[in-house]
Amino acid sequence: MKVARAVALAFLLAIGSVSLLANLLAPATYAEQFRELPNAPPSSRHLLGTDDLGRDRFSRLLYGTRVSLLLAPVAALSSTILAALIGGVAGYLGGRIETAAMWITDLFLSLPWLFLLVAVRALLPLNVSPQVSVIITFGMLGVLGWAGAARVVCASSRSARDSDFALLARASGVKPARLFARHILPNLTPALLAQFWISIPVFILAEANLGVLGLGVAEPLPSWGSLLRELENYAAIGRQPWLFVPLLLLVAVVTCFQLVLPKAELPA
Amino acid sequence: MHRRFRAVFPDAQLKGAHVLKRASKHLVKLVTTALLGGLLGATLVRFAPGFDVDVRELDPRLSSLSVEELRQQRRADDNLTHFYGRYILNLVHGDLGFSHSLNQPARKLFAQRLPVTLREIGVGLLLGWLLGLGLATSVVVLRAWPVDLLASGLSATLLSIPAAVFALTFVFLRAPADLAIALIVMPKIFSYSRNLLRRSYSLPHVLTARSKGLSEIRVFLWHVVPTSGPQLLALLGISVSVAFSATIPVEALCDLPGIGQLAWQAALGRDLIVLVNVTVLITLMTVAANTVSDLLAHSLTREA
Repeated sequence: MKVARAVALAFLLAIGSVSLLANLLAPATYAEQFRELPNAPPSSRHLLGTDDLGRDRFSRLLYGTRVSLLLAPVAALSSTILAALIGGVAGYLGGRIETAAMWITDLFLSLPWLFLLVAVRALLPLNVSPQVSVIITFGMLGVLGWAGAARVVCASSRSARDSDFALLARASGVKPARLFARHILPNLTPALLAQFWISIPVFILAEANLGVLGLGVAEPLPSWGSLLRELENYAAIGRQPWLFVPLLLLVAVVTCFQLVLPKAELPA
Repeated sequence: MHRRFRAVFPDAQLKGAHVLKRASKHLVKLVTTALLGGLLGATLVRFAPGFDVDVRELDPRLSSLSVEELRQQRRADDNLTHFYGRYILNLVHGDLGFSHSLNQPARKLFAQRLPVTLREIGVGLLLGWLLGLGLATSVVVLRAWPVDLLASGLSATLLSIPAAVFALTFVFLRAPADLAIALIVMPKIFSYSRNLLRRSYSLPHVLTARSKGLSEIRVFLWHVVPTSGPQLLALLGISVSVAFSATIPVEALCDLPGIGQLAWQAALGRDLIVLVNVTVLITLMTVAANTVSDLLAHSLTREA
């Protein structure tokens, strides 16, 4: 299992590095059109061929990977911070505040995830520039994805609050805010780290779903979601198996994220 | 008669009262969720960009009087109390708004589409549970590493595929969409139930039963299932939520006229009231499913 984890981590690092170097490695920019070569098959010039608009698929895959692979962790970080604040404070304070916070968390968890995302996305402006659509999509994931993590963090915070060291600190006259920041929060790190890792593949998949439904990152900026939309071209996918490359990469990356997460930190 | 009943079943009354108390707690939660969800939805609709704009005003066929009447109607919503009051009142009366993109009352659309979604979810959940639980049981009972590796690999791969891609695949293969829902639900059922069953198998009384030479089937049915049964039932609520989530890409891409497709169409057409109301109703259904599974799990735990 350790070998599998090491391989998964190495694969993620390699993919991350390659996508970061997209500017240098990609033969073209993501929006550059080769109008004389629409729907071209793979060649030495275009490794994965070109799309309907004559854009180099390999370049778009590199840039799209960069968007998804860099921004999903940013969204995961935001949701983990929110979970730490909501769950951590609720567990630390306990009583009615904890009950109310957990009730709101339960309400959030009852909302089917994609229904929530689609509803909130529709409430925000739909016709926006690609850059704004990226911020909206991943910002929304970061703001709405805290509930599951908050529940776990709340339980950890509650047990840290009731532990002997917290009792000793309280007896020594440490103020509540300092106790939370200096003693409770560092003890929540393992739970927060696990939630951060769990959130990344969830957000990558959510972005992909939104992208295929036309509610994700706007064209011409590529992301895994928008790249997967090419699979809707049923007439072409039988003849052009290279259209599956973005899907294979996505599946490989998400599987690697699952492998990297230690088994002990997986939810029951 | 009553006294004799209490003498024979001393715990029955206490247990009944406990279940009733729990059920009433859930009922309060359900009503509050509906109220809060409605208010939250109304707030989102009220403050969404474009709320105070009506494209009908641009229609050159409308007279200035008609335009003024439209403005008057909108001005009434400027008062927040009036807006929230009217919104909740409409919801209570079953008025889910009017879909401008589909040109029909949302209630009618909901009534037409709900059976499609419920059927799809029902079949999907049944198949997903059969596949997931069957696979988990075979992994735990057989305890053969190739089976475990194969099942875990399959589950991990299925977990890594976006629901929308499942839907596209099923359109391409012209396979029934219910199966797509089953394959989306299955890996979650598998991973949770496998962990639960493994935990049950490591319990002291199960180990004792096995060391005494009880057959695997008997150990599983008499000792493992009663231990993990309540927790598995609690998973039922979560699987309903997962299945509802999957209906959006599956119905939208497989062109199934269900609630998921309605939500997607409402999102693209910015039918905000319809979208928010549909989401609130789906949430209520999920909360109700969670309540039922929790009550069932709770009563089984107490019996155990």
